[in-house]
Amino acid sequence: MRKLLIQNLLRLPLTVPAPPPSAQALAELGARVDRAARVRLGRSLSIREVDAGSCNGCELEIHALNNAFYDMERFGLHVVASPRHADVLLVTGPVTANMREGLERTYAATPDPKWVVAVGDCGRDGGVFAGSYACVGGVSAVIPVDLHIPGCPPNPLQLLEGLLALLQVS
Amino acid sequence: MTATHALQALLEASQSVTEHRPWPRVIVTPETWNTLLEGLASGAWTLLGLWGEPVMVHLAVREAASGTLAIASLPCPTGQFPSVGRCHPPAQRLERTLVDLTGLRPMDAVDARPWLDHGRWPVRHPLGSATAPGESMPPYRFLPVEGESLHQIPVGPVHAGIIEPGHFRFTANGEAVVRLEERLGYVHKGIESLLNGADVGRAARLVGRVSGDSTVAYAWAFARAVEAATETEAPERAHWLRALMAELERLANHCGDFGAICNDAAFAMMLAYCAVLRERVLRASATCFGHRLMMDRIVPGGVAHDLSADGINALRALIAEFRHQFPALIELYDKTASLQNRTEHTGFVKPALIQQFGCGGYIGRAGGRAFDARRAIAYPPYDELLFDVPVLSESDVNARVWIRIREVEQSLRLIEQILEQLPVGPIGNALRRPGNAREGVAVVEGFRGDVLVWVRLTAAGAVERCHPRDPSWFQWPLLEAAIEDNIVADFPLCNKSFNCSYSGHDL
Ligand code: SF4
Repeated sequence: MRKLLIQNLLRLPLTVPAPPPSAQALAELGARVDRAARVRLGRSLSIREVDAGSCNGCELEIHALNNAFYDMERFGLHVVASPRHADVLLVTGPVTANMREGLERTYAATPDPKWVVAVGDCGRDGGVFAGSYACVGGVSAVIPVDLHIPGCPPNPLQLLEGLLALLQVS
Repeated sequence: MTATHALQALLEASQSVTEHRPWPRVIVTPETWNTLLEGLASGAWTLLGLWGEPVMVHLAVREAASGTLAIASLPCPTGQFPSVGRCHPPAQRLERTLVDLTGLRPMDAVDARPWLDHGRWPVRHPLGSATAPGESMPPYRFLPVEGESLHQIPVGPVHAGIIEPGHFRFTANGEAVVRLEERLGYVHKGIESLLNGADVGRAARLVGRVSGDSTVAYAWAFARAVEAATETEAPERAHWLRALMAELERLANHCGDFGAICNDAAFAMMLAYCAVLRERVLRASATCFGHRLMMDRIVPGGVAHDLSADGINALRALIAEFRHQFPALIELYDKTASLQNRTEHTGFVKPALIQQFGCGGYIGRAGGRAFDARRAIAYPPYDELLFDVPVLSESDVNARVWIRIREVEQSLRLIEQILEQLPVGPIGNALRRPGNAREGVAVVEGFRGDVLVWVRLTAAGAVERCHPRDPSWFQWPLLEAAIEDNIVADFPLCNKSFNCSYSGHDL
């Protein structure tokens, strides 16, 4: 273990430079977020991830945000275990009928001010699963959404761009 | 007739469906159905799947001794069929699902509770002949637990981490778990209904999203089933590229799991290293095939993306990186006593249960069941590749870690062989249009275990019915057994060592 740790001290970090926030995401958010929230939240965001029916592909890429390449904690973005500690709900999936109540209750348990980010094509409008009897179709069909990050799944840089935009306006 | 060919004899005595490939599908009488159930219960045959249509139930079985694989179909004109779960517990959840989706009724079923249907759909029995409007249901009845000083811990469906939703009901005595009962179905997306009537292209996209972490395995199984049905042969190069993708998927997932399991024993360093390796696999995959998870890259008839010189360079660099880094991580795992203290003897599953459930993947192979579809069914190109199938007998978290470690090594070996021997030529063939209704079935070894896909195509070549069966069906129930008598705090460790798919199971 010591060898590995020493190697780490000597090597350059893997972490890529911060990407610029996505212009499209900034525009979508600009309308929704006011200055008061910024004062309240400062420069960090606590994120609660909610899988509302995803195929688990989006979760894999959200997980990757914590690896050394993307290292989202350096921006003050961290994942918390309870919605009661969260500023942001990061929601994936076409919202299944069976998860609808779970999502609604998680939203209700998140203190104001709060943001909802719908991840993936599924989170946007149900994606490939749209039209199924078992899906409600898109996160915004159930709770208000502030930002969409499309993709199937969006890659970690796209996720980071969206979240950084949120951090800028928050 | 020898006992090892009993299944063959049974098949020959039944009426077979002509346009079903590559293994037979037979229409059976209730008597033969019951003989099949006895064979399952006695352990002569392994259950591979159980699903329904409006007036028929299908049972996929495999005889380990002879390697015979077959589907038996029982017509249910009265809407009833002899319960499979009654004689063979591994079928119970599949059977409850079949009831939820088709409305057919198993006779003398031991568990009449719904499974995927939570009373929240606008329809009942969406795959049945008489779909009724949905109705709310009484609260789910968890199994009774009796005894002194017991307390219950309900967990989920929304969990604390970045993880799929499901409900776990623990009953504990102090710290020790006396029973875990799972309640799943939260991510049921109605994929089978969406598949009905879909064209093959859309169906491939859907099946490739049954479980995102196994998108390659699912897409491959679907492609093989469609190719079997239409008697289309994919070009040789496509077979090899498919295997390359499958091994990259295995590498990425096993790496991720290795780190995540250690992290659940509070050994975060391993997660940090493994997450970097995993990321490198995904980046190489993107360079090779244009998508980090390689979604939609395997299509019926071949593959959608060829490997370029850049891709080959990326893979060589990836293998070099693994050969350099991975041994140090193995050593780190092997020499950290505090970590092994958590994983050894934790989450033990009786090998007899593993056999009974036909449990595949690293869980099966960590508990003495050697089945690996790449070896047992030897679909191309695995019939031409050299690899070992590691098997252990300890059947604990530690053994499940070691199987993954050994399989990472084997995947590297496979990727090297593929790069050396990759045939040149086209990467796709047009699907044949036989002009009549056709059926096909395929089994492919995903990182988690064997994925089965069965499909029926219409004369016009669209999907009439398709059933994808995740390996998790035969793994989730064993997690309940694995946690018994362990402490509650070891549940994350046990759960991660299983890493069952919620989405693949809930469908
Ligand atoms: S957007 Fe794609 S990757 Fe994400 S949950 Fe939907 S199907 Fe899966």
